[in-house]
Amino acid sequence: MSNAVEIYELEKTYEGGTRALKGIELAITEGDFFALLGPNGAGKSTTIGILCSLVNKTAGSVRVFDHDLDRDRAWVKSQIGVVPQEFNFNQFEPVEEVVINQGGFYGMTRKAAKKRAHELLKQLGLYDKREGMARALSGGMKRRLMIARALVHGPRMLILDEPTAGVDIELRRGMWDFLTQINKQGTTIILTTHYLEEAEALCRNIAIINEGRIVEHTSMRHLLGKLSQETFVLYSRDSVESLPEMPVVASRLIDNETIEVDLTRGQELTGVFDVLRGHGIVIERMKNKTNRLEELFLRLVQDDDAATNAEERP
Amino acid sequence: MSIRSQSDAFDHQGPGEKAIGLTPRGAWNAFVMLLTREVLRFGRIWVQTVLPPMIMTALYFVVFGHLIGPRIGEIDGVPYIQYLVPGLILMSVITQSYANSVSSFFGAKFARHVEELLVSPMPSWLIILGYVAGGVARGLAVGGAVTLVALLFAELSVHSVLNLFGVALMTSILFALGGLINAVYATHFDHISIVPTFVLTPLTYLGGVFYSINMLSEFWQQASLYNPILYIINGFRYAMLGISDVPIWSTYAILAVGIVIAYLYVLRLFRNGIGLRG
Repeated sequence: MSNAVEIYELEKTYEGGTRALKGIELAITEGDFFALLGPNGAGKSTTIGILCSLVNKTAGSVRVFDHDLDRDRAWVKSQIGVVPQEFNFNQFEPVEEVVINQGGFYGMTRKAAKKRAHELLKQLGLYDKREGMARALSGGMKRRLMIARALVHGPRMLILDEPTAGVDIELRRGMWDFLTQINKQGTTIILTTHYLEEAEALCRNIAIINEGRIVEHTSMRHLLGKLSQETFVLYSRDSVESLPEMPVVASRLIDNETIEVDLTRGQELTGVFDVLRGHGIVIERMKNKTNRLEELFLRLVQDDDAATNAEERP
Repeated sequence: MSIRSQSDAFDHQGPGEKAIGLTPRGAWNAFVMLLTREVLRFGRIWVQTVLPPMIMTALYFVVFGHLIGPRIGEIDGVPYIQYLVPGLILMSVITQSYANSVSSFFGAKFARHVEELLVSPMPSWLIILGYVAGGVARGLAVGGAVTLVALLFAELSVHSVLNLFGVALMTSILFALGGLINAVYATHFDHISIVPTFVLTPLTYLGGVFYSINMLSEFWQQASLYNPILYIINGFRYAMLGISDVPIWSTYAILAVGIVIAYLYVLRLFRNGIGLRG
């Protein structure tokens, strides 16, 4: 499969001298659901801004679907839909007009844009609000409106910068389902998010950016495989008085029905269940206690910061 | 429904081939959409955009035409109230074309919905054309409304229809481009009123709206010739009344040169992303 995005030696220095990007390299496969993670100020939005032509790059090259961004900018733009971090639509326009206008700016006739806008507004649960002013929508609805607007021209690639910020859990899950559906239909999705569980739930591949450099660029599965230890919480059906010896690093009885076990790489939960069953303890449900990706993310970023500090030390 | 769809608005070139983005038909659709949005925008707020210049013009006719005009008599063989008409109409065209571009584009920058255009495949020239067309639409619409008001006070005549529309159209294009340049550089709301207040209004008032430069002393006559708005207003006055302080060709020369310079300048600003992209 060909690449949707290829970034080589991308650099950005803002007026005033801030180096936001220090020669990043990135490849995103067509059809991928890709996460770009990083702490605030790491360079995520700058990278996305350059991809969307909202930020001028200082050096390097960007190719989108095998077309050079500098040479074929208008064509590249026509292949991309953008959902930015901040609300950037005219709040004094009716909801449907926000989507229809955007379709027009991508060359659609008003009739075609309206038809498509209505389809998308229905899918995103905004159809009943279509004639109201955009400013009257709730925060979650405004986010969904921006997704509808980004999709109106049927882009091959959708870029979402913190799309679920400020959205409640139920709506967030709904948006996850929607994004998963359009990804399955072939749309390449690039996502930046602060909700790391969101990246873990949705994305197949991931890049972690810190201080303008890519510190990790791999598959989600491979990244999570780097975890050395995980903690699981097990809920017993019956009351438990004491815990037997188990093939784990450590185990704790939190209360009469809640057990915590720490597993290192190579240790399996099935061994834990076997021992517990042997002692008459039946586990009804369980969950992963730690946010695994968050743990990894912090570790990678801290390692990178430490390496940078060591390099800069005289 | 599939989210992905192929549109005939886009150019479908293969990898490695030069690709243009919007097709001519797509570009036309984009232009129409932007112009429609602009017209709806100033139409929605007609109380702020269309009504004030109509009231202002009525007041000018009452004060300068009816109260002061009879004491002045005629200028170049035309009653003073009739002499005022072309200048007042064109003054509205100038201020409204400029105001539409500067307020609409700066508003879009301020609220960040200018990004809707910047991420779209619309080339810079097409975005400029859309905003300029919006400014022209407002300038000519208000010019038309002011003409209706003028009909209540004075007898209207047209010496040359072609020049009438030619000068009005080119004037609105030039000042819509000017408003766009102002909006690109503006970073605060204060910045969009500086040029209209301290440059446009004085130049317009001193550009022969209310008088002929032949009424001035030699020094001020010569000084007035450095005011480009003088040529524009007199060109329009020639189109309506057949009288002018300057030859009509100088009006077109000023307008044409001004449009070319302003367009190339704003195009450079857009292409380099000055005031628009990080």
